[in-house]
Amino acid sequence: MSCPQSLGITLNHTRYRSFYARMCASGKYTSRGPALIPRMKTKHRIYYITLFSVVLLGLIATGMFQFWPHSIESTAEWSLDRRSVHDAPLVRLPVSSPIPERGDLSCRMHTCFDVYRCGYNPKNRIKVYIYPLQRFVDEVGVPISSTGLSREYNDLLSAISDSDFYTDDVTRACLFVPSIDVLNQNSLRIRETAQALAMLPRWDKGMNHLLFNMLPGGPPDYSTALDVPRDRALLAGGGFSTWTYRQGYDVSIPVYSPLSADVELPEKQPGPRRYFILSSQTAIHREYRAELERLKEENGEALLLLDKCSNLSQGAASARKRCYKGQVFDYPQILQESSFCVVLRGARLGQATLSDVLQAGCIPVILADSYILPFSEVLDWKRASVVIPEEKLPEMYTILKSIPHRQVEEMQRQTRWFWDAYFSSMKAIGMTALEIINDRIYPYAARTYEQWNNPPVVKWSSVNSPLFLPLIPPRSPGFTAVVLTYDRIESLFRVITEISKVPSLAKLLVVWNNQNKSPPEESLWPKIAVPLKVVRTKENKLSNRFFPYDEIETEAVLAIDDDIIMLTSDELQFGYEVWREFPDRLVGYPGRLHLWDHEMGKWKYESEWTNEVSMVLTGAAFYHKYFNYLYTYKMPGDIKNWVDAHMNCEDIAMNFLVANITGKAPIKVTPRKKFKCPECTAIDGLSLDQTHMVERSECINKFASVFGTMPLKVVEHRADPVLYKDDFPEKLKSFPNIGSL
Amino acid sequence: MQAKKRYLLVSLGACLLLVAYLWGLVAQRPGLRLHRQHWPEWTHPLSPYLEDGEQEQDSPLLHHQHTSPRERREIRNNIYKSRRCRMDTCFDFRRCQRGFKVYVYPLPKGEKVSESYQKILTAVEDSRFHTTDVNQACLFVLGIDTLDRDQLSGQYVHNVKAKIQSLPTWNDGRNHLIFNLYSGTWPDYTEELGFDIGQAILAKASIDMDNFRPHFDVSIPLFSKDHSQKGGDKGYLTLNNVPPSRKYLLVFKGKRYLTGIGSETRNALYHIHNGEDIILLTTCKHGKDWEKHKDTRCDRENEEYSKFDYQELLHNSSFCLVPRGRRLGSFRFLEALQAACIPVLLSNGWELPFSEIIDWSKAAIIGDERLLLQVPSITRSVDHDKILALRQQTQFLWDAYFSSVAKIVLTTLEIIQDRINSHISRNKLMWNSLPGGLYVLPQFSTDAAVFPFYYSSLGKSPSQEFTAVIQAVTPLQSQLQPLVKLIIAVAKSKFCAQIIVLWNCDKPLPSKNKWPSTAVPITVIEGERKTMSSRFFPHDVILTDAVLSLDEDSVLSTNEVDFAFFVWHSFPDRIVGYPARSHYWDSSKSRWGYTSKWTNEYSMVLTGAAFYHRYYHYLYTHYLPPSLLTMVDRMSNCEDILMNFLVSAVTKLPPIKVTQKKQYKETMMQQGSKTSRWADPDHFAQRQTCMNSFSGWFGFMPLLHSQMRLDPVLFKDQVSILRKKYRDIERL
Repeated sequence: MSCPQSLGITLNHTRYRSFYARMCASGKYTSRGPALIPRMKTKHRIYYITLFSVVLLGLIATGMFQFWPHSIESTAEWSLDRRSVHDAPLVRLPVSSPIPERGDLSCRMHTCFDVYRCGYNPKNRIKVYIYPLQRFVDEVGVPISSTGLSREYNDLLSAISDSDFYTDDVTRACLFVPSIDVLNQNSLRIRETAQALAMLPRWDKGMNHLLFNMLPGGPPDYSTALDVPRDRALLAGGGFSTWTYRQGYDVSIPVYSPLSADVELPEKQPGPRRYFILSSQTAIHREYRAELERLKEENGEALLLLDKCSNLSQGAASARKRCYKGQVFDYPQILQESSFCVVLRGARLGQATLSDVLQAGCIPVILADSYILPFSEVLDWKRASVVIPEEKLPEMYTILKSIPHRQVEEMQRQTRWFWDAYFSSMKAIGMTALEIINDRIYPYAARTYEQWNNPPVVKWSSVNSPLFLPLIPPRSPGFTAVVLTYDRIESLFRVITEISKVPSLAKLLVVWNNQNKSPPEESLWPKIAVPLKVVRTKENKLSNRFFPYDEIETEAVLAIDDDIIMLTSDELQFGYEVWREFPDRLVGYPGRLHLWDHEMGKWKYESEWTNEVSMVLTGAAFYHKYFNYLYTYKMPGDIKNWVDAHMNCEDIAMNFLVANITGKAPIKVTPRKKFKCPECTAIDGLSLDQTHMVERSECINKFASVFGTMPLKVVEHRADPVLYKDDFPEKLKSFPNIGSL
Repeated sequence: MQAKKRYLLVSLGACLLLVAYLWGLVAQRPGLRLHRQHWPEWTHPLSPYLEDGEQEQDSPLLHHQHTSPRERREIRNNIYKSRRCRMDTCFDFRRCQRGFKVYVYPLPKGEKVSESYQKILTAVEDSRFHTTDVNQACLFVLGIDTLDRDQLSGQYVHNVKAKIQSLPTWNDGRNHLIFNLYSGTWPDYTEELGFDIGQAILAKASIDMDNFRPHFDVSIPLFSKDHSQKGGDKGYLTLNNVPPSRKYLLVFKGKRYLTGIGSETRNALYHIHNGEDIILLTTCKHGKDWEKHKDTRCDRENEEYSKFDYQELLHNSSFCLVPRGRRLGSFRFLEALQAACIPVLLSNGWELPFSEIIDWSKAAIIGDERLLLQVPSITRSVDHDKILALRQQTQFLWDAYFSSVAKIVLTTLEIIQDRINSHISRNKLMWNSLPGGLYVLPQFSTDAAVFPFYYSSLGKSPSQEFTAVIQAVTPLQSQLQPLVKLIIAVAKSKFCAQIIVLWNCDKPLPSKNKWPSTAVPITVIEGERKTMSSRFFPHDVILTDAVLSLDEDSVLSTNEVDFAFFVWHSFPDRIVGYPARSHYWDSSKSRWGYTSKWTNEYSMVLTGAAFYHRYYHYLYTHYLPPSLLTMVDRMSNCEDILMNFLVSAVTKLPPIKVTQKKQYKETMMQQGSKTSRWADPDHFAQRQTCMNSFSGWFGFMPLLHSQMRLDPVLFKDQVSILRKKYRDIERL
C-alpha cells in the first residue's frame, strides 16, 4: 500500500522537473524574439500591425461569438448558480394528454427494467439522470401540485446530482429521476401528475424511472403505495404493505422526519434508561390508546404514554412538545429516556416517528401488520427492532421484558447506527435507495450483509477469517518444506537429510538467497526420496522465504531455516498433524511473546521462558500457503519493504498478518529445546544480543502502528501428542521422540 | 513581387492560425461538458413536504375517519386470500399457542407415495416438531403425494382435489403445508398444481417470483429421489486450495431444448463456450422425437458432449453455470453446490431456495439471462479472495441446509416457525454463518452475541467467568469426601463465579452448614427427576458463558481448572476437558466401537470434567429428540457421549483435551465409591450401543479424531518450577 504513495511522490517529482525544464526552454525562446522586429521596414510594419489588429479583432469577435450567446446558459450549466424556481419553464398539460397505466404489480427487475441501459462497467456503478425542473400546469393554468418542489425533494435531487451516480448525459443514463415531486400524495393532483410523468421525454412506459414517495394514499382508505398511475416506474416508497410492495423491484424507504434537521440529539451510550416503554405518537387510534392505557395501569411507572399538549397553541412549537397529565416533555429529547419506543401504525403504515426513535437510540417496537420496514431488502431489522403483531399489543410488556439487557444495549447501538447511516437526511435516504438498486444491477459487486448491518464499532473489531470453513485437510497431500539458505551448505544438507525422514514430506524447496554464489552441483546434494527443487532469487531479501512459488503444490508449507537441525522427524510430523487440525493458524516450534512495557509505554519483545505465547518463529513453522499470498501481495503499509531493508522481523510480520486476519493465536507445538540460535539468520553468525532484542521490540511497535491495533493474541497452551510424558510404553506412542534435547 | 508574396504568405499563415484557433475552440466545447450540470440552488426558500410539519393523523378532522384497527384487520383477513395469502391473513396463529407442532395425515388406504415424498414424511415424523395428536397441531402435512404435478408423469396422483376436500381438518388449507417439486407440463410448464391449495402454504421447487407469496410460501430446492434421507453426502471440498482458481473457469453440461419454453438460454450458451476454460456442453437428445427439431449444431455438440465427464468438470471448475431448463430450477444447482463449484445462476424470476433466509450473494453469482454475454467477464472479474469465500460458503450451505431431505424439510419448518413468533426468530447472521440456523435455537436467545459461534464476527469474546455444575449422587457425610475437596479446589479459581450442585442423590438434601464455606456462592438444586440428562438442563441460574461440568468424584486442582478455562477461552465453541475417549470403526462387526484405552488419538472428552459453553445445555435439552434422552436416562449412561456427538456435529471439529494429573485417571477408572457407574460391567457394552444409536439418529458419525493435547507452555520443561505458572499440574 505504500507503493502508490511513494510512486506518487516520484511522479510528482518528475513532473515538477520537466515543468521546470520547459520553463527554461521557453525563456530561451523569448530572448531570441525581439531581434526580428527592428529590422523591418515601416511599410511592412504598418501592414503587420494592420494584419495583427485584424487577426486580433477576428479572434475577439469569434471569441464573443463563441461565448456570448452561451454565457448565461453555460454558467447555469456548470456552476452552482442560484436561480428562482419560478423561472423554471412552464409546461401546459392538455386535457387529452395520455395517462400512464396503473403500476403493474407483477413488475420485477427482469421484466420491467431495461438492464441494457446500465451496461457492464468496471466500476459497477449505475448512472442516474435527473430531468430539469419544469412547472407543470393544466390547461387552465392550475399547477399539478400544491407545494411544487418541496425542500426535501430538492435536497434529495441535489444529493443525487452531487453523487457519483449522477450523469447529465441522458443517453448514458440507466436510471431516470423526474423532478416532479411526489413525496407527499396529499399535495398532488393525481391525474395531472400522471399526465406530467407521461410527458417526460424518456418516459417510455416508465421504464427505468424512479419515483420517491413518502406519504402514499389519502383519506379515507389510505392506500399503501402512491396512487399516481406510473406504468413500470420503480417506486421508492415509505409505507408499503406486503401487498403493494414488489419485492426486488420497489425500494421501501423511511418517512423522513423534518425534526431531524432541526434537532441535534447527541449519541447516548447504550444502557438502562429511565423508562422502559415510551409511546410518543399523538394521533393514535383510541382503540390502541385504550390498550396502551391498560398496559400502563398494569405496569405503572415503566411505561410513559405521551400525547399532544392541549394547552399549547398549534404550530411548529407544538410538534416539539409532548404531555402527560399536564407534565410537559421536550420531544424528541424524551425519546432518549426510554429503552423501547412504540411505533404504531396510523392511517398510514410508515411513520416519521420511526426516524425520531432511531435517532434517539431508542429501540422501536413496531406494531404495523404487513408493513415493509424501510430498506428491509438489506437491513436486518431483527437486530435493531422488535416487531409485534398488532393483535399482540396487550402482550407487549411481557415480550419486551424477556429481552436480556445485553441484547437491549446491542440493539440500542444498532438503532443509532441505522439512523446515522441510512435515515439521518434526505441525502442518506436517497443514496441508500440508489445503492440498493445498484446492488441489484451488479449483484456480484453488491455490498455484503456485514457492510450494511455492522456498526463501525463491530466492523472495526470483528474478524471474519478468510479460511472460515472448519476443514481438517487429508493427510495425504503432505507438506512442502521451504528452506531459506544463504551459504551454510553443510548445515543445509543436514537439515535436508533430517527433514527427508518425515513421512508426510511431499517436496523440498531450497530458496537460494545468495546471488554471488551458485548452489552446489546437483550431484553433491543429499539423495532424498521426495523431489528437491532449488530456486535462485534475484535479491537477498527475507521476503523471498514467503513468496508463493509455483513449485509449492501442497497447501501446507513448512518454513524452516537452514540451521534448524535439532527437530526430530517425530516432532515435524506431529507439527504437520497439528496444522491439519488448525489449517488457518501458524503452527510452529519456538514461541515468543509480546509484552506491554508500562515504563516505556510501548511494546516489548520477549524470548525468555514465559508461560505465554503470542508468536511462533517462522524459522520452523507450518502454515497455509494462502498466507504466502497475503504476505507477498496484501501486507499492509510498508511492512514488507521495511523487513527487507532491515533484514529482520519477517517472522513477526507473518505473525501479525495471520493473527490480524484470522483473529486467532498461533499454536506452539512440543516442548522447548535448545535451538542453536533460531533468530540469527538475519544477523548471520552474531549471537543473540541486546541490540537484536531492541530491534525486534521496535518491529512490534512499528507493526502495531501500521496495523492500527495489536492483533496478536496471547495464549497459555502448547500442543503436545496425546500421550506425551504419559506413563505408557514408548513404542506404542505415535510420536515417541518428542522433546529430546 | 517578393513583398507581395511575403504578404500573401503571412496573410495565409494568419488565416491558418485563425482556422486552427476556431477548430481548437470547437474541439474544446465537449471539454466544457466535463463540468457537470448540477442541480441548481434555489433563491426562494422551498416549502417542506409535510404540510404544517406534521403528519396526516394529527389533523383533528381526520382523526375519527380512519377505521378501527380491529375492523380493519377483519376486513383485511377477508380480502387477502388465496393468491394474496400472507401469514397474517391465511394462517391461524391460535393453533400454535401450545408450541409449533406438526401433524402428518395418515396415508390413505391402499395408496402409495413416491420415494421422495416418503422421505419428506419420515423427516417430519422424526423431527422434534412432530405430533400425532390433531388437536395439538399447528401445521398439517398431507398424506397425499403432491410432489409431482406433471400430468404426463407416472407419479401423478389423480383426484387430489377430492381427496383433500374430504379431509376433516382441511379448512380451506389453513395451516397446511404442501410440498411440490414439479408442476405444470409440456408445452408451457405453468406452475399449475391441478388442484386448489386454498390458504395452504406451498413449499415448492422452481417457484416463480410472480407466484411466490412472500413470507408465506417457501422455495425449496429441487432434489432427486436418490437424495439422502439423513446426514447426507459431504461437500467435495476437503481443503482450501490457493490460488483458488481451478482448471476451468465455467462449465455446464446438460440438455438443450430446441424449442419451447426455457430453450433460449441454453440454446445461446454456445456463444460463450470457448473450448478452453469455458466448457458449456449441451445435447439435443431428449424425448423421442428430438431429431425432428434438430438444428445444424446438434451433431457436433452431441459429439463434444460425450467427451467430457460431468463429475470431472464439476470438480475442476471455479464456476458452474446453472441455467433454467423447462422449469426455473434444475438439478444442476445442488450438484454445483455440493461440488464446491460456485453456481452462476441464469434463471430470471426464480425465487431462490430458502431465499427468505439465505443470502445467496455470499455463495453464488446471480446472473441475468439477458446478459449471457457478460457472464465470462463477470466471472473473470471475481478476485481470488472472493472465490475462496464463495466456495467455502457453498460448502457451508450445502451441509447446513441441503445435503439431505431431512435438512430441507427441517429448514422449511424452522422458517415457518420463525414467522409465527417474529420476535423470537433468527437473524440473517445466524442463518448465514456457521454452524447454520438449524443448530441455533432462537428460543435460547435472539441475540447472536450469547451463542458460542459469533464471538469473532461480532468482535466480542466470552466472559471471564465460569459456573461449575457438580452432579452429586452420594450423600454428604464427611468433610474429606471427594465432593467437598472438589468444591474447595474449584472455588479457589479466580474465574469461578458460582458453584451449582445438582442433588441427584436419593438421600435428602444435607443442611446448609454441611457445605464447605467458599468465597463463591453455592447453589444446590434438587433434581425433580434425578435423571442423567438433567445434568445438562439449562438452569436459569447459569449466567456465565462457560460451564464447568463435574462429576462428584472428579479430582481437580485449582491450577488445572484455571488452565483449562484459559484454553476454553480460545475455543469457546468446543468441549475442553480432561479424560478423553475414542471411537473407531469395527469393520468385523460393521459398527462403531468405543474405547477407553489409552490411545494416540481421541474423539471425545468426558463431561465428568469439562468446560463448554452454556448454550450446549440448551441444545442438548431442546434439540435432541426425546428418544435419545430417554435412552440415556434409562441406562444412566452415555450422556457424555451424546454431548460429544452433539458438539462435534455442530462444530465439525474434535473436542480438546488438556493435560491432567495422572492420579485423576486412576480415580476415574479404578478407585472411587461403590456406586461409581464405571465399575458396572455392563457399562462398557452400553456405551458401545449408544454410539450406534446416536450415529443412527444423526445420520452420520459426527465425531472426529484429534492427535494433540494442550499443555501449559512450560509443561515438563527443564526450567525452575518457580518460573512456571501451573505448578500443580507438574506434580504427580
